Amino acid sequence: MEKRQVGTDKVKRGMAEMQKGGVIMDVINAEQAKIAEAAGAVAVMALERVPSDIRKMGGVARMADPTIIEDVMGAVSVPVMAKCRIGHIAEARVLESMGVDFIDESEVLTPADEEFHLYKRDYKAPFVCGARDLGEASRRIGEGAAMIRTKGEPGTGNIVEAVRHMRTVQAQVKRLLSMSIDEVMTEARDLGAPFEVLMQIREAGRLPVVNFAAGGIATPADAALMMHLGADGVFVGSGIFKAENPEKFARAIVEATTYHDDYERIAHLSKGLGEAMKGLDVRTLKEEELMAPRGW
Amino acid sequence: MTTIGVLGMQGAIREHVRMLEALGADTLVVRSIDDLAQIDGLVLPGGESTAMRRLLDRYGLLEPLRANTDLPMFGTCAGLILLATEVEGYDAHLRKIPMTVKRNAFGRQVDSFEVELPVKGIEAPVEAVFIRAPQVATVEPVVEVLAEVEEAIVAVRYDKYVACSFHPELTDDLSMHRYFLDLVEAKKHQLT
Repeated sequence: MEKRQVGTDKVKRGMAEMQKGGVIMDVINAEQAKIAEAAGAVAVMALERVPSDIRKMGGVARMADPTIIEDVMGAVSVPVMAKCRIGHIAEARVLESMGVDFIDESEVLTPADEEFHLYKRDYKAPFVCGARDLGEASRRIGEGAAMIRTKGEPGTGNIVEAVRHMRTVQAQVKRLLSMSIDEVMTEARDLGAPFEVLMQIREAGRLPVVNFAAGGIATPADAALMMHLGADGVFVGSGIFKAENPEKFARAIVEATTYHDDYERIAHLSKGLGEAMKGLDVRTLKEEELMAPRGW
Repeated sequence: MTTIGVLGMQGAIREHVRMLEALGADTLVVRSIDDLAQIDGLVLPGGESTAMRRLLDRYGLLEPLRANTDLPMFGTCAGLILLATEVEGYDAHLRKIPMTVKRNAFGRQVDSFEVELPVKGIEAPVEAVFIRAPQVATVEPVVEVLAEVEEAIVAVRYDKYVACSFHPELTDDLSMHRYFLDLVEAKKHQLT
């Protein structure tokens, strides 16, 4: 038998494929991780603070304390993800050395580098990155991201930015697929996208990696909306553990993701959930408070 | 015409559909018990076995699938775990193949790998992608072992059930799916 090959594109992208149709939940300790797993989460994101608390706290948001990540890894059997700052090579290497299953190079944390993202092909661990449009998604895929998610506007409980980002990517993919081949290089220039990635998208008829929704999902209907718009699955950050009844919310969001086109079912499962997280109007945020413009 | 269902809780559903259709089968994504009457075989895709089990339970599919004794099934990765009669440290799920499986037996995601794998009954080596994959720790003598990685059992067949630890659905290698379809068609033939 030939030798085992680790850290290949197939292995990293394949890991993301296994998350499809599922919900990935932010958790800040082992107890929350167990609640998320019991509710049917396909993975958990171990954090020190959920995005809405990061907003409240202000200051510099960094990689979580490894103790929290280890506690979560010890508590559940679903994959554990964790966030590093954009461009923070050392945080990414630390997470990789701990055996974290997926690393989110995330705009939710304060960027360490405002010019360069990580060269993600160099790592054995797979990465997920946020994107607002096809250019940004293609740049991250070019650097080796194995999964893309919308940036949305994290910690707001407001779906509007995630919708904008998902629709933008979908519309740009459709446009790319309908182009004749001699137009692709100019499109690559205009999007600031690597030509080869655009060619891969044309060949596959879609992004070569899965595309999840993230940033502002607060209710089961929000999750169903994002699936309807073409998301492969959803991340829920503050939406679960900032809700009045996290267990119920977690279960309902999972069910609404599986049966996203069964509206009677969503009506039924949305009954009596209690208060959702308190939301924020994105337009009332100052420019320096926005997270989506972090990275490029 | 042969119709193969793909269990539609979560995971690599689309990929299995693509492979089965490439082999000329009709497909149906199975999300309710009513769907079971319309299919000749069922694929249990890769995904997160913990999440899939919760969903099967909650959406009322676990008991009907456990009770079903005629439907051929093919499980990949999480699907293999679902088919086992014993799962180390956890409750067993559909209990179809008399074997004990160990979850995440090759390590965490950073240890996931791909390899060219010889499989009994398939001519060329199979392109095998292992992602946080399980191993079969022990099998009853009635179970046929189809493939091993360094002495760890990673593919088995028993009666009308086939299971593997890897993900043929992530490659363009149709041989495992063809193996399963042959089994489904042989069974149909027997009945008619």
